[in-house]
Amino acid sequence: MDKKVDAGPDSVAVDASAGARHLPDVVLTVRPRSPTRQALRRLRRDRAAVSAAVFLLVLALITVLAPVLAPQDPIKINLEERLAPPGTSGYPLGADDLGRDILSRLIWGGRISLLVGFGAVLVAMTFGVLLGLIAGYFGGWSDSLIMRGIDILMAFPAILLAIAIIASLGPGLRNAMLAIAIVGIPYYARIVRGSVLSLREQDFVTAARSIGVSSYRILMRHVLPNCLGPLIVAATLDVGWMIMAAAGLSFLGLGAQPPTAEWGVMLSQGRQFVRHAPWVSILPGAAIFLVVLALNLFGDGLRDALDPWLRE
Amino acid sequence: MSAYIVRRLLSLVFVLIGITLLVFLIMQLAPGDPAKIMLGTKATETSLAQLRHELGLDQPLHIQYIRWVGRVIQGNFGRSIQLKREVLPFLLDRFRNTAYLTLFAAVVACVVGIPVGILSAVRQYSLEDRASMILVLVGFSTPLFWLGIVLQIVFGLALGLLPVSGIHATGRDDFADLFVHLILPSLTLATGATAIIARMTRSSMLEVIRQDYVRTARSKGLSERLVISRHAVKNALIPVVTVVGMQVGYLLGGDVLIEIVFSYPGIGLAMVNGILARDFPLVQGAILLVATSYALVNLAVDLLYAYLDPRIHYG
Repeated sequence: MDKKVDAGPDSVAVDASAGARHLPDVVLTVRPRSPTRQALRRLRRDRAAVSAAVFLLVLALITVLAPVLAPQDPIKINLEERLAPPGTSGYPLGADDLGRDILSRLIWGGRISLLVGFGAVLVAMTFGVLLGLIAGYFGGWSDSLIMRGIDILMAFPAILLAIAIIASLGPGLRNAMLAIAIVGIPYYARIVRGSVLSLREQDFVTAARSIGVSSYRILMRHVLPNCLGPLIVAATLDVGWMIMAAAGLSFLGLGAQPPTAEWGVMLSQGRQFVRHAPWVSILPGAAIFLVVLALNLFGDGLRDALDPWLRE
Repeated sequence: MSAYIVRRLLSLVFVLIGITLLVFLIMQLAPGDPAKIMLGTKATETSLAQLRHELGLDQPLHIQYIRWVGRVIQGNFGRSIQLKREVLPFLLDRFRNTAYLTLFAAVVACVVGIPVGILSAVRQYSLEDRASMILVLVGFSTPLFWLGIVLQIVFGLALGLLPVSGIHATGRDDFADLFVHLILPSLTLATGATAIIARMTRSSMLEVIRQDYVRTARSKGLSERLVISRHAVKNALIPVVTVVGMQVGYLLGGDVLIEIVFSYPGIGLAMVNGILARDFPLVQGAILLVATSYALVNLAVDLLYAYLDPRIHYG
C-alpha cells in the first residue's frame, strides 16, 4: 500500500524504501516549508492585513492612472463652483475655494503622498542600511564615529530636525522629502547594526570569513539577507509616518507649495473656510488617515507573520 | 549608580555639543547672506562689510562656531531680524506656553493611556481589549493637525463649547482661561502619545502577569484586584516610564503643528514664522532651546529608570 503525504506541486519526494529493503514500501512526500512561505501563509490568514494590502494596491493603481481617472485638471480654477458642496454635478466631492475639483486633487495628491512616502523611506533605508552594516560589521572607530553621528541626529525630536533641515535648504516638496529621509536614517542604521552585531559572530559568517570571502560579499550575500525581515516591517510602518510628516510639513508651508495638489497643502488651504465648507479640509485629512491606517495594519500583520512570537 | 550618573552627564555634554554643532552647520548651509538679510535694501558694500565684521562672519568657520557657542552659553542668542529684539527673552516667554501645552498633553496621555493598557492586558482578547487596541491603531494613524481641525469644527464651531485658538480670551490672563484654551490643543497633541503609552503598558503588563511572583501572590489567596494593583502594575510601569519620557520629547516636536492649527503662541509657531521670514537667529535659538530641553528630558528619564529598576546594573 502506498502511503503518500502530498503537500503540493513543488514537493520533495522521499522514497523511504530506496536503499532500505527491510522497510515497508512507503513513499513519503514531504514539502519543507521555507520561512518566507510560512510567513506568507500566516499573512494571508490575517484578514485586516490582507484588506489593508488590497486597499493600498487599489489606491496605488488609482494614483498611477491619475491622468486617466481624475475627472478634471487638479489645478483648473472655476470660480463659479467656488466651495461647491459634495454631490454637486461634476464635483462628486465638492470644490475648494478656487472651484477646483476636490476628487481630482485627492487622486493627484495621493500620487505625491505615496511617492514621497516610499521615496523617503527608500532613501533613508539605503543610507541607514549602509551605515548600519559598516558600523555593525567593522566595529571599532567606524562604529564609534557612525553611532555618535546617529546619536546627534536622534538628539532632536524627529519633526523638529526635519524643520531645521528645511530651514537650511528652503521650503519645497523635494527638500521636505530629503529632510524626512535624513531624519529616518538613524532608525534603519540602528535596526541593521543591531542585527549585524548578532549575525557577525554566527558560524556561517565565521565560515565564510575563514575561507577568504571578501567583507563586501559577506555583508551582501550573508548578512544583509538575514536583516531583511525586521527591515521590511520597519519600512512598511515607516512609510505611514513619512506620509504624515510630509503632509505636516506641507501644512506648515514648508513642503509642497500651492497650487500643487498635495494633501497637506489642501488641508492647509481648506482651513480658512472650515466654518462654511468643512469638507475642503476634512477630505484630504481623511485620505491621509486611511492610507496611514492601512499601512499600519499591513505593517502589523507583516510583523506578526514574520515573527509569530511577537504577536503577544 | 553614581558612576552611571557621571557617565550619563558626560554623554549629555557630548549630545549638547553635537546639537550646537548641527544647529550651527544647518544655519551656515542656509542660502543667503545674513548681513544682507539684516540690512535689507539699505545695504551698501561698506555697510555689509562692516556688519559682517561685527557679526564675525569674516572669520573662519570654527572660530565662528566657538564664538557663537560662547555667546549662547552666556545667554546671548542674538537679535531677531523680524522682531528687532533679543531672541532669548522672547523665546523663553514662548517656551513657557509650549511647556504648558506639552505637560497638559503628557498628563492626558498618561491618565488615559496607562489605565487603558492595564485594562486591555488584564482582560486580554476581551471585547474591551479589542476595542481599545483598535482605538490605539486609529490613534497612531491620525494626522494630529487634521484631528485638531476636526475638533475645532465639532467643539468650537458646531457646539460652541470651547475656544478654538489662542491662549487667552481678550482681557483675561487667569489660569481658568488658560485651562479652557488648552483643552482642545492638548487633547489633540495627546492622541498619538496616548496610543503608544496604552500599547506599551498593555505589553508590559502581559509580560508581568505571567511572572512567578504574580502567580505566588494569587496562590496565597490575594484578590485579583490586589494582585494587579499591588504586584503587577508597579513593575509593569517601569518600562512605561521610558516610553512616557520619549513621548514628552515627541510632544515637544509635535507641538509645532498643533500650535499652528490652534494659533497657540508657543515656540513652534515662532519657529515656523521665523523660517518663513528667514529670521535665522530666531530659528536657531528656537531649535536649540527645544533640542536642549529634549536632551534634558531624556536624561531625567534615564536617571529615573535607573533609580526605579534596581535589577539593572549600570556599572
